[in-house]
Amino acid sequence: MRSTTSLKALAVAGIALLLAACGSGAPVTEGQDAETSAASDDITIGFSISTMQNPFFVSMDDGIKEAEEELGVTVIVSDAADDASKQANDVLNFISQGVDAVVLNPTDSDAIISSVQALNDANIPVITVDRRANGGEVVTHLGTDNVIAGEIAAKTLFDVLGGTGKVAILEGVPGASPTIDRQTGFDNTLKDYPDIEIVASQTANFQRSEGLSVGQNILQSQPDLTAFLAMNDEMALGAVEAIRSAGLEDQVKVIGIDGGDDAIRAVQDGQLVATIAQQSKLMGNESIKNALAVINGETLPAEQPVDVIVIDANNVSEYSK
Amino acid sequence: MATSPINAQSNLFKEGVVAVENPTAVAKPEPRGDVGPGSLAEGLARIKRNLPTSTGPLVALLVLVVALTILSDTFLTLTNIFNIGQQVAVLAVCALGGTAVIILGGIDLSVGAVLGLSGAVVGYLYVQTGVPMVVAVLAGLVVGTTAGLVNGLMITYGRLPAFIATLAMMSVARGLALVLLQGKPLSGYPDSFRNLATYYLGGWIPSSVLIGAALFALGMVYFRWRPSGRALYAVGANYEVARLSGLPVHRLTMSVYAMAGLLAGVGGVLTTARLSSAQPTAGTGLELDVIAAVVIGGASLAGGYGSLLGTVVGVAIIGVLRNGLNLLNVSSFWQSVVIGSVIAVAVLAENLRRGRGKEST
Repeated sequence: MRSTTSLKALAVAGIALLLAACGSGAPVTEGQDAETSAASDDITIGFSISTMQNPFFVSMDDGIKEAEEELGVTVIVSDAADDASKQANDVLNFISQGVDAVVLNPTDSDAIISSVQALNDANIPVITVDRRANGGEVVTHLGTDNVIAGEIAAKTLFDVLGGTGKVAILEGVPGASPTIDRQTGFDNTLKDYPDIEIVASQTANFQRSEGLSVGQNILQSQPDLTAFLAMNDEMALGAVEAIRSAGLEDQVKVIGIDGGDDAIRAVQDGQLVATIAQQSKLMGNESIKNALAVINGETLPAEQPVDVIVIDANNVSEYSK
Repeated sequence: MATSPINAQSNLFKEGVVAVENPTAVAKPEPRGDVGPGSLAEGLARIKRNLPTSTGPLVALLVLVVALTILSDTFLTLTNIFNIGQQVAVLAVCALGGTAVIILGGIDLSVGAVLGLSGAVVGYLYVQTGVPMVVAVLAGLVVGTTAGLVNGLMITYGRLPAFIATLAMMSVARGLALVLLQGKPLSGYPDSFRNLATYYLGGWIPSSVLIGAALFALGMVYFRWRPSGRALYAVGANYEVARLSGLPVHRLTMSVYAMAGLLAGVGGVLTTARLSSAQPTAGTGLELDVIAAVVIGGASLAGGYGSLLGTVVGVAIIGVLRNGLNLLNVSSFWQSVVIGSVIAVAVLAENLRRGRGKEST
């Protein structure tokens, strides 16, 4: 029985430590009202990010941190780990912490509606970034349309192929909004290229290792494939490995979307035709600037498109580090 | 090949290590339902029980192979078979450890995350600190083993349920992998490292398949002929009886989890090599594939049952299925439905054979 009491004590000590650690990370801003905080060092902005387990959003976080230092505001970033219900809880925490504005990067455009409404009720201004909210009042939305990114990726690849060839699509997580939107983009472009044949379309769940396995399997069933059109860079880089293993570098081309560091390096090495960069760092940075503008009473346009960039052999040197 | 698991169990009785074939049968001494003495049902049940272990999944695998051979002309080619081998090598290596854990009556939810962490350690040490590749790889394996050992310590001396201990480890290891790699994939390895997983020996056999096969061979020797390998079944079948019989249950438990950690580490090294990139999310969800493969292979989550040959069949079913669905270009929405159904059918078939359909496993 002695062991149970000591275990309890350990547990309490552990929880206390955890609380202390959390406390130091997230400044308490209770009882603070928006109108009293004219100086930007009193301003706290909540940023709910959909997931930090993806390089795209990690660089969005980099952009947030830059803006935080630049503007002298405090930004509380919470990671929803791609879980819509955790995101709803994170937003409730922001409300109880009394933040001055909230930037949402929704995990799901529908599931976020109730959180947006809760923020509206608490009179906290809401900005969305990258993905939209399908309801509630949002001051402004910053983002690249995934549909446009999909259209441009497909167009860039098909032009390199000379408008003809057998193409396999590597899909993202089935049912996720970027998957649906990028697919819509692919379909839009495909209408203009009647000689492009889609011979396979399979999911690799946005993961590099699955991109490799699925890529290998598609190369097996479609030996005369000419290109992979991947919904993100990670799967594209997996396909590159599959092509290397099969020794088909001269026959099969690959394109990705997101503009990550590895993808840029692969463009430089000639392994990827191009990567379509959605400027996630810029989005993170701009969203904080916009949040501050909203707090200071400025009016903003409802839509603020962030451009996509095609990084290919011609301009890769500008982006490589 | 199909005789080993049966021998594994009957040998056990000869050695007298285990007094009980199935712990649930002892708990319920009443006769098994409709299987009355001398009846036709009993005869059928005897035939079913005398079929080698994992006949159910083996039949499922054969049906799959035949169906895919008919449906796709590229399925039954040497390249494709070795492709599948390469695609499941990492799962196989992890399922080797998973089999031991499940035979012991435990569960390891941390394999995928520990794999990710080991891969991250290799990548971080080699790319960021510039230590020689051999050192980085060894460090990755040490980290995997340590994670497994911590699991074992929490379960034995900390008396945590395996589910909770390894759930905690899953979260910690994944978090550390993300911290180490700052959430981003890390690349920049020599081609020789990539060859560790993708070199084709004699132009045909991928090195990762060879590594997996070698580890399985070692595992089979251990399970069949080493006393501690045999003792795992005893501990899994009845922990208290095994402990009272003087088996070092704590030491066994810890070494099994440490071994599972080491094998997850091997998986991490192979994954990093295969992709030429350390991925913070490598192995996400792998723990569920491991459990599925082991259970398809005839192991019971209650412990005391299971064989490596069964696990090989389980791993092969998962690999063949994923590959075949890709070759046939089946929609990703349906793939999920098909994979789940095949897993359920394979395990149901095995339960029917054992006549354990009415008991929970």
